[in-house]
Amino acid sequence: MTATVNVFLKEGVLDPQGKAAHHALDSLGFAGVDDVRIGKQIIIKLDTTDRAVAEAEVKEMCETLLANTVIEDYTIEIN
Amino acid sequence: MQEKILKIAVIRFPGTNCEFDTQYAFEKLGHTTELVWHENDTLPEGIDLVVVPGGFSYGDYLRSGSIARFSVVMKAVKAYANNGGKVLGICNGFQILTEAGLLPGALKRNNNLHFISKHQNLCVINNDNAFLNQCDKGEVLNIPIAHADGNYYIDDAGFEKLEKNGQILLRYSDEKGNPVVVNGSVTSIAGVCNEDKNVFGLMPHPERALEAILGSEDGIRMLKGFEA
Repeated sequence: MTATVNVFLKEGVLDPQGKAAHHALDSLGFAGVDDVRIGKQIIIKLDTTDRAVAEAEVKEMCETLLANTVIEDYTIEIN
Repeated sequence: MQEKILKIAVIRFPGTNCEFDTQYAFEKLGHTTELVWHENDTLPEGIDLVVVPGGFSYGDYLRSGSIARFSVVMKAVKAYANNGGKVLGICNGFQILTEAGLLPGALKRNNNLHFISKHQNLCVINNDNAFLNQCDKGEVLNIPIAHADGNYYIDDAGFEKLEKNGQILLRYSDEKGNPVVVNGSVTSIAGVCNEDKNVFGLMPHPERALEAILGSEDGIRMLKGFEA
Protein backbone atom coordinates (compact mmCIF):
# COMPACT_ATOMS: atom_id res chain seq x y z
CA MET A 1 0.00 0.00 0.00
CA THR A 2 1.05 3.58 -0.47
CA ALA A 3 0.52 6.26 2.12
CA THR A 4 0.50 9.88 1.08
CA VAL A 5 1.18 12.20 3.99
CA ASN A 6 0.64 15.94 3.68
CA VAL A 7 2.20 18.13 6.34
CA PHE A 8 1.20 21.77 6.66
CA LEU A 9 1.70 24.50 9.23
CA LYS A 10 -1.36 24.76 11.47
CA GLU A 11 -4.06 27.29 10.75
CA GLY A 12 -3.08 30.39 12.68
CA VAL A 13 0.66 29.69 12.42
CA LEU A 14 2.06 32.10 9.87
CA ASP A 15 3.35 30.33 6.76
CA PRO A 16 6.04 32.67 5.37
CA GLN A 17 6.61 30.59 2.23
CA GLY A 18 2.89 30.54 1.44
CA LYS A 19 2.74 34.27 2.01
CA ALA A 20 5.68 34.92 -0.34
CA ALA A 21 4.12 32.73 -3.06
CA HIS A 22 0.77 34.49 -2.56
CA HIS A 23 2.44 37.84 -2.97
CA ALA A 24 4.21 36.64 -6.13
CA LEU A 25 0.92 35.37 -7.60
CA ASP A 26 -0.67 38.75 -6.89
CA SER A 27 2.24 40.52 -8.60
CA LEU A 28 1.85 38.27 -11.65
CA GLY A 29 -1.75 39.35 -11.99
CA PHE A 30 -3.50 36.18 -10.78
CA ALA A 31 -6.58 37.72 -9.23
CA GLY A 32 -8.83 36.15 -6.64
CA VAL A 33 -6.22 34.22 -4.66
CA ASP A 34 -7.43 34.24 -1.04
CA ASP A 35 -4.66 32.24 0.59
CA VAL A 36 -1.64 30.11 -0.30
CA ARG A 37 -0.14 27.52 2.01
CA ILE A 38 2.99 25.52 1.30
CA GLY A 39 3.63 22.15 2.89
CA LYS A 40 5.39 18.88 2.31
CA GLN A 41 4.19 15.68 0.75
CA ILE A 42 5.73 12.41 1.91
CA ILE A 43 5.02 9.19 0.00
CA ILE A 44 5.54 5.98 1.95
CA LYS A 45 5.39 2.50 0.44
CA LEU A 46 4.24 -0.11 2.93
CA ASP A 47 4.41 -3.92 2.99
CA THR A 48 1.03 -4.39 4.59
CA THR A 49 -2.21 -4.84 2.64
CA ASP A 50 -4.33 -4.08 5.69
CA ARG A 51 -5.63 -0.54 5.49
CA ALA A 52 -6.25 -0.18 9.23
CA VAL A 53 -2.75 -1.39 10.06
CA ALA A 54 -1.25 0.97 7.48
CA GLU A 55 -3.21 3.90 8.83
CA ALA A 56 -2.22 3.23 12.43
CA GLU A 57 1.41 2.79 11.50
CA VAL A 58 1.62 5.97 9.42
CA LYS A 59 -0.17 7.96 12.11
CA GLU A 60 2.53 6.89 14.55
CA MET A 61 5.21 7.87 12.03
CA CYS A 62 3.65 11.32 11.75
CA GLU A 63 3.36 11.83 15.49
CA THR A 64 6.92 10.60 16.09
CA LEU A 65 8.92 12.09 13.23
CA LEU A 66 7.19 13.34 10.11
CA ALA A 67 5.27 16.26 11.66
CA ASN A 68 6.12 18.57 14.54
CA THR A 69 2.66 18.81 16.08
CA VAL A 70 3.60 21.98 17.96
CA ILE A 71 3.38 23.84 14.65
CA GLU A 72 2.16 21.37 12.02
CA ASP A 73 -0.96 19.39 11.09
CA TYR A 74 -0.93 16.35 8.83
CA THR A 75 -3.33 14.33 6.69
CA ILE A 76 -2.92 10.69 5.67
CA GLU A 77 -4.28 9.09 2.53
CA ILE A 78 -3.88 5.35 2.01
CA ASN A 79 -4.11 3.75 -1.44
CA MET B 1 37.85 35.48 37.95
CA GLN B 2 37.77 31.74 37.42
CA GLU B 3 35.15 30.45 39.82
CA LYS B 4 35.17 26.78 38.92
CA ILE B 5 36.72 24.56 36.25
CA LEU B 6 33.91 22.82 34.45
CA LYS B 7 33.97 19.55 32.55
CA ILE B 8 31.85 20.02 29.46
CA ALA B 9 30.55 17.51 26.91
CA VAL B 10 30.07 18.94 23.40
CA ILE B 11 27.78 16.78 21.26
CA ARG B 12 28.65 16.21 17.63
CA PHE B 13 26.24 15.00 14.93
CA PRO B 14 26.92 14.57 11.21
CA GLY B 15 26.56 18.17 9.99
CA THR B 16 27.41 19.89 13.27
CA ASN B 17 29.86 22.71 12.52
CA CYS B 18 30.18 24.83 15.68
CA GLU B 19 31.71 22.15 17.90
CA PHE B 20 35.26 23.51 17.68
CA ASP B 21 34.16 27.11 18.28
CA THR B 22 32.25 25.87 21.30
CA GLN B 23 35.28 23.98 22.62
CA TYR B 24 37.51 27.00 21.96
CA ALA B 25 35.13 29.26 23.85
CA PHE B 26 34.82 27.17 26.97
CA GLU B 27 38.54 26.31 26.98
CA LYS B 28 39.40 30.00 26.66
CA LEU B 29 37.38 30.46 29.85
CA GLY B 30 39.55 27.81 31.51
CA HIS B 31 37.22 24.82 31.29
CA THR B 32 37.81 21.35 29.88
CA THR B 33 35.74 20.00 27.01
CA GLU B 34 35.24 16.68 25.31
CA LEU B 35 33.57 15.98 21.98
CA VAL B 36 30.91 13.28 22.13
CA TRP B 37 29.94 11.55 18.87
CA HIS B 38 26.22 11.01 18.24
CA GLU B 39 26.57 7.21 18.31
CA ASN B 40 27.75 7.19 21.95
CA ASP B 41 25.09 5.91 24.30
CA THR B 42 26.71 7.45 27.37
CA LEU B 43 28.09 10.84 28.35
CA PRO B 44 31.54 11.22 29.95
CA GLU B 45 31.67 10.71 33.73
CA GLY B 46 31.49 13.71 36.03
CA ILE B 47 30.45 16.37 33.53
CA ASP B 48 28.98 19.70 34.66
CA LEU B 49 27.35 20.71 31.37
CA VAL B 50 26.28 19.31 28.02
CA VAL B 51 26.39 21.65 25.04
CA VAL B 52 24.50 20.85 21.84
CA PRO B 53 26.30 23.16 19.40
CA GLY B 54 25.21 24.82 16.19
CA GLY B 55 25.38 23.58 12.63
CA PHE B 56 23.17 21.65 10.25
CA SER B 57 22.75 18.23 11.81
CA TYR B 58 21.59 15.70 9.21
CA GLY B 59 21.49 18.49 6.62
CA ASP B 60 18.44 20.04 8.30
CA TYR B 61 16.42 17.42 6.39
CA LEU B 62 12.70 17.20 7.14
CA ARG B 63 12.94 19.94 9.82
CA SER B 64 15.98 21.40 11.57
CA GLY B 65 16.87 19.09 14.45
CA SER B 66 14.14 16.55 13.71
CA ILE B 67 16.49 13.67 12.90
CA ALA B 68 19.24 14.47 15.41
CA ARG B 69 16.76 14.22 18.25
CA PHE B 70 16.55 10.45 17.63
CA SER B 71 20.34 9.94 17.78
CA VAL B 72 21.58 7.41 20.30
CA VAL B 73 23.38 10.09 22.29
CA MET B 74 20.16 12.08 22.72
CA LYS B 75 18.77 9.36 24.99
CA ALA B 76 21.72 9.97 27.30
CA VAL B 77 21.29 13.75 27.03
CA LYS B 78 17.59 13.42 27.87
CA ALA B 79 18.31 11.22 30.87
CA TYR B 80 21.01 13.68 32.00
CA ALA B 81 18.61 16.63 31.67
CA ASN B 82 15.74 14.83 33.37
CA ASN B 83 18.12 14.12 36.23
CA GLY B 84 18.73 17.84 36.68
CA GLY B 85 21.90 18.06 34.56
CA LYS B 86 22.52 21.35 32.76
CA VAL B 87 22.15 21.38 28.99
CA LEU B 88 22.77 24.32 26.63
CA GLY B 89 21.59 24.26 23.01
CA ILE B 90 22.97 26.91 20.66
CA CYS B 91 21.27 27.56 17.30
CA ASN B 92 20.82 24.09 15.75
CA GLY B 93 21.25 22.80 19.32
CA PHE B 94 18.23 24.89 20.34
CA GLN B 95 16.25 23.42 17.44
CA ILE B 96 17.24 19.89 18.46
CA LEU B 97 16.24 20.48 22.10
CA THR B 98 12.78 21.77 21.09
CA GLU B 99 12.30 18.84 18.70
CA ALA B 100 13.33 16.49 21.53
CA GLY B 101 10.73 18.05 23.82
CA LEU B 102 13.38 19.22 26.30
CA LEU B 103 12.38 22.82 25.60
CA PRO B 104 8.90 24.18 24.83
CA GLY B 105 7.89 25.64 21.45
CA ALA B 106 9.31 25.16 17.97
CA LEU B 107 11.57 27.02 15.52
CA LYS B 108 10.11 27.85 12.11
CA ARG B 109 11.57 29.33 8.94
CA ASN B 110 12.43 33.04 9.37
CA ASN B 111 9.53 35.25 8.30
CA ASN B 112 11.55 36.87 5.51
CA LEU B 113 12.72 33.41 4.33
CA HIS B 114 16.35 34.59 4.46
CA PHE B 115 19.32 33.10 6.22
CA ILE B 116 20.15 35.95 8.62
CA SER B 117 23.81 36.33 9.57
CA LYS B 118 24.81 39.46 11.50
CA HIS B 119 25.60 40.91 14.90
CA GLN B 120 22.39 41.46 16.84
CA ASN B 121 21.53 43.17 20.11
CA LEU B 122 19.80 41.02 22.67
CA CYS B 123 18.03 42.12 25.83
CA VAL B 124 18.40 39.94 28.94
CA ILE B 125 14.86 39.20 30.15
CA ASN B 126 15.55 36.83 33.05
CA ASN B 127 18.82 36.19 34.84
CA ASP B 128 17.76 34.12 37.84
CA ASN B 129 19.06 30.93 36.27
CA ALA B 130 22.26 28.91 35.86
CA PHE B 131 23.01 30.50 32.47
CA LEU B 132 22.54 34.28 32.53
CA ASN B 133 23.34 34.95 36.20
CA GLN B 134 26.44 37.01 35.24
CA CYS B 135 24.27 39.36 33.16
CA ASP B 136 21.92 42.05 34.43
CA LYS B 137 18.21 42.03 33.75
CA GLY B 138 17.54 44.49 30.93
CA GLU B 139 21.21 44.48 29.89
CA VAL B 140 21.83 44.62 26.14
CA LEU B 141 24.33 42.14 24.70
CA ASN B 142 25.81 42.15 21.21
CA ILE B 143 25.94 38.58 19.90
CA PRO B 144 26.10 37.17 16.35
CA ILE B 145 23.13 35.32 14.89
CA ALA B 146 23.28 32.99 11.87
CA HIS B 147 20.15 31.01 11.08
CA ALA B 148 17.33 30.35 8.63
CA ASP B 149 15.00 28.61 11.08
CA GLY B 150 15.03 30.85 14.14
CA ASN B 151 11.43 32.00 14.16
CA TYR B 152 10.35 30.89 17.64
CA TYR B 153 6.74 29.79 17.88
CA ILE B 154 4.72 28.86 20.94
CA ASP B 155 0.95 28.93 21.40
CA ASP B 156 -0.72 31.46 23.71
CA ALA B 157 -1.08 29.07 26.64
CA GLY B 158 2.56 28.04 26.34
CA PHE B 159 3.69 31.64 26.11
CA GLU B 160 1.82 32.61 29.27
CA LYS B 161 3.53 29.79 31.11
CA LEU B 162 6.95 30.88 29.84
CA GLU B 163 6.37 34.41 30.97
CA LYS B 164 4.96 33.48 34.38
CA ASN B 165 7.82 31.09 35.16
CA GLY B 166 10.55 33.46 34.00
CA GLN B 167 11.59 31.09 31.21
CA ILE B 168 12.16 33.77 28.58
CA LEU B 169 15.92 34.35 28.60
CA LEU B 170 16.57 36.79 25.76
CA ARG B 171 14.77 38.94 23.21
CA TYR B 172 16.11 40.47 19.99
CA SER B 173 16.32 44.19 20.72
CA ASP B 174 17.70 47.56 19.72
CA GLU B 175 20.65 49.06 21.60
CA LYS B 176 18.29 50.36 24.28
CA GLY B 177 16.72 46.98 24.92
CA ASN B 178 13.43 47.56 23.09
CA PRO B 179 12.27 44.42 21.27
CA VAL B 180 12.80 44.39 17.49
CA VAL B 181 11.49 42.00 14.86
CA VAL B 182 14.39 40.01 13.44
CA ASN B 183 12.93 36.71 12.24
CA GLY B 184 9.27 36.75 13.31
CA SER B 185 9.71 35.07 16.72
CA VAL B 186 6.79 35.35 19.14
CA THR B 187 7.47 38.60 21.09
CA SER B 188 11.01 38.60 19.60
CA ILE B 189 12.12 35.67 21.76
CA ALA B 190 15.76 34.64 21.11
CA GLY B 191 16.21 32.13 23.92
CA VAL B 192 14.23 30.17 26.52
CA CYS B 193 14.74 27.61 29.26
CA ASN B 194 12.65 24.75 30.57
CA GLU B 195 10.45 24.96 33.65
CA ASP B 196 13.14 23.48 35.92
CA LYS B 197 15.68 25.97 34.53
CA ASN B 198 18.37 23.41 33.77
CA VAL B 199 17.90 23.22 29.98
CA PHE B 200 18.68 26.37 27.96
CA GLY B 201 18.32 27.16 24.27
CA LEU B 202 19.12 30.21 22.19
CA MET B 203 19.52 31.02 18.50
CA PRO B 204 22.41 33.53 18.91
CA HIS B 205 26.02 32.32 19.17
CA PRO B 206 27.71 33.46 22.41
CA GLU B 207 30.72 31.25 21.53
CA ARG B 208 31.41 33.62 18.61
CA ALA B 209 31.55 36.72 20.83
CA LEU B 210 34.67 36.34 22.96
CA GLU B 211 37.05 38.93 21.52
CA ALA B 212 36.44 42.66 21.14
CA ILE B 213 38.59 42.64 18.00
CA LEU B 214 36.02 40.32 16.40
CA GLY B 215 33.13 42.63 17.26
CA SER B 216 32.05 41.69 20.76
CA GLU B 217 33.12 39.94 23.92
CA ASP B 218 29.66 39.84 25.46
CA GLY B 219 29.54 36.07 25.02
CA ILE B 220 32.05 35.67 27.86
CA ARG B 221 29.58 36.87 30.49
CA MET B 222 26.93 34.55 29.13
CA LEU B 223 29.05 31.41 29.12
CA LYS B 224 30.66 32.23 32.49
CA GLY B 225 27.23 31.89 34.09
CA PHE B 226 27.69 28.15 34.27
CA GLU B 227 30.62 28.59 36.67
CA ALA B 228 28.41 29.86 39.46
